[in-house]
Amino acid sequence: MPIGRLSSAEVEARVVRSLKKRHIKEKAFRAVGLSGVVTGLVLVLILFTSILSRGLPAFWQATFELDVYFNPEIIRIDPRPTQTSGESSGDFRERELAWLTQVNMVNWNRLLEDSVIAAAPEAAAMARRDVRRLITSGERFQLREMVAENPSIIGETRRLRLLADANVDVWLRGNIDRSLPDAQQQLSRATRDLADKLFEEGIIKIRFSQALFMNPDSRSSLASAGLAGAFVGSLFMMLIVMFLAVPVGVASAIYLEEFAPKNKLTDLIEVNINNLAAVPSIVFGLLGAAIFINTFNLPMSTPIVGGLVLSLMTLPTVIIATRSALKAVPPSIRQAALGVGASRVQTVFGHVLPLAIPGILTGAILGVAQALGETAPLLLIGMNAFVTNIASTPFEQSAALPVQIYLWQGNELRNFFEARTSAAIIVLLALMISLNAFAIWLRKKFERRW
Amino acid sequence: MSFKQRTLGFALAATVAASFAMPAMARDNIQVAGSSTVLPFASIVAEEFGNSFAQFRTPVVASGGSGGGLRQFCNGVGVNTIDIANSSRAIRAGEVQRCAEAGVNKIHEIHFGYDGIVFASRADRGSFALKPEHVFLAGAARVPQDGRLVNNPYTRWSQIDSSLPDQAIVLVIPASNHGTREVYEENVLEVGCKTFDVVSALSADERKQVCLGQRQDGRVVEIAGDYTETLARLDAQADAVGVFGLSFYDQNRDRLQVATVNGVTPSLETIGSGEYPVSRPLFFYVKGEHIGVVPGIAEYVEYFLNEQVSGFDSPLEEAGLIPLSDEERSTILSNFRARNVVSAN
Repeated sequence: MPIGRLSSAEVEARVVRSLKKRHIKEKAFRAVGLSGVVTGLVLVLILFTSILSRGLPAFWQATFELDVYFNPEIIRIDPRPTQTSGESSGDFRERELAWLTQVNMVNWNRLLEDSVIAAAPEAAAMARRDVRRLITSGERFQLREMVAENPSIIGETRRLRLLADANVDVWLRGNIDRSLPDAQQQLSRATRDLADKLFEEGIIKIRFSQALFMNPDSRSSLASAGLAGAFVGSLFMMLIVMFLAVPVGVASAIYLEEFAPKNKLTDLIEVNINNLAAVPSIVFGLLGAAIFINTFNLPMSTPIVGGLVLSLMTLPTVIIATRSALKAVPPSIRQAALGVGASRVQTVFGHVLPLAIPGILTGAILGVAQALGETAPLLLIGMNAFVTNIASTPFEQSAALPVQIYLWQGNELRNFFEARTSAAIIVLLALMISLNAFAIWLRKKFERRW
Repeated sequence: MSFKQRTLGFALAATVAASFAMPAMARDNIQVAGSSTVLPFASIVAEEFGNSFAQFRTPVVASGGSGGGLRQFCNGVGVNTIDIANSSRAIRAGEVQRCAEAGVNKIHEIHFGYDGIVFASRADRGSFALKPEHVFLAGAARVPQDGRLVNNPYTRWSQIDSSLPDQAIVLVIPASNHGTREVYEENVLEVGCKTFDVVSALSADERKQVCLGQRQDGRVVEIAGDYTETLARLDAQADAVGVFGLSFYDQNRDRLQVATVNGVTPSLETIGSGEYPVSRPLFFYVKGEHIGVVPGIAEYVEYFLNEQVSGFDSPLEEAGLIPLSDEERSTILSNFRARNVVSAN
């Protein structure tokens, strides 16, 4: 009904009536939106508090501070070989290896047991096995390395920090029910009592632990298991993604957006790129195993294969982000450049690209961050293997951060590794957050308005 | 297209090509894969091996189940195939054949110890004294009743035997990708179901179907992952009874209680003596073609079989392995030194 036929009073009445409705609608929509945000925040908060409360304690570990006497009675080794003139380096290496084997055969555990007994004399009456269980087994290699590096410390006493066994850590912090009967405890009563006493005397303290950051994974010495190997593996993969997926992705996006003719073929490519972005990541893992490992004979469980697979996976994300960043540059910029006689390439590289850079960088970094957290494809190329080396090149076997989390959550010693797993999640999250923060900072820095 | 862009393209193509064209590199560390039951033991040995021998790099140990490991093992010979497959069951004739087809002819079998399979439930629930027939009746799809086979009617353990706790039946068992499943079927289900006359009267094929067919109504849960997943099931379903390796149970004694089978409590002693009925030998298989090509394989095997590594009072025993007897150890070691191989039959 045309409004012109109504009197002004009628119109006003109508408007007033509809106004109320409109206000209600607006309020309802706001409420829905706000509650969405609040729900999201609450969920994130729950996630973070649960991970932090479980994981943060794992950054501190029960640690001994012990005087270790490098007893010459126990460490009976020849002097370290030196290269004589005329000896080939191969021969020398052989002699050195023989010497290292000898150093290795020393009963280092005995030194550790003796140092505990020196600190707590009543331990002398205990079974050696019960005393040995206090200190995590990997620490004996610390002593070995010290002697191998500098044999002159034999006969001296050094104050060392040694990690306690994982089960001692669990016991002292009450992560196992302390009231359980002996049959359900991991440590013998004697070991538990001794641990308690040493803890009271301050010989064992809960100290900030570098092991989590400095050591690779370990299964024979659970308390010294760390993330260093996984971190380096992930770092290599990130570098490969950055230097492979980002340039290729940005180049193809620029070509598709600025130079490619609009025809059926480019439409098809565009549809396919969008589809690829939605392909589950595990498919890329299968593809990687088939192509890179079986066809190109690249070694399994290596960051190079992981990096290539993740690059494939990240490529569509980078292309899409770059294209939308390019699209967001107003056509007037291009027209102006072309209008004053710039070529297409000059227009793109001199004018469009600089304006699109913040968007491109954000897309690229988010793509890399996504790749950092990806687990499924890595399982298929053997990166869930147990690796105790820290890789020095991308062609060496390595662990990766997200896979390390997966491995730790499967470790048998639940009481110790539940916290360890959450600690690894915290490290991964911290990396993600810093990458995302970097993306935001870059966007702010390069952002231009017009 | 500008010159600059083209050079960029070429450069990229060259980098990619270069990384692909890398020849299959010589590998200098041993690669192991297979059974998740053997994984903890193999990992400990690998780590200690790497720590003890300065001249060898630490072996890399992956899981994937016994079947998965042997499949990878039989993919062929070459640096991008694994050197050693861990297995919680003996290799099958079909697998040896597949290996031979792919050119793997020298398979050395190393038996390094035993593992017990235990039934465990949550520590805060009723305790179980099981017999194989109880487990069969709880999990089978069809059970004998009044001389006929009927669809499994049992919903509570107490209905099967009044001595069992009055708890809902939920049985968490390993899926068929695990070697454990085979032992479970052979030593528990088949033993249990043969105690019934109705079953014994059936033909071999039918009997197998009855003995091994598991009910599909959600009371039997198959776990394809590792024991942590089984433990998580027990956390979620308090009444559940799970199948674990002895070593896993051992490290989680505060949360789990173990069931006796035929009145025997599983332990290092009862399993070692064979008194506890559900145990199995653990193996790893070594690719003979790789010995001498990948450095350290023979040394790794010898190190693994060393008494101080896998014998009594060794790190592996501490981790839950049931060690070999002295005779077994020396036979296996001399078999390996003679480089005896597994034959296809």
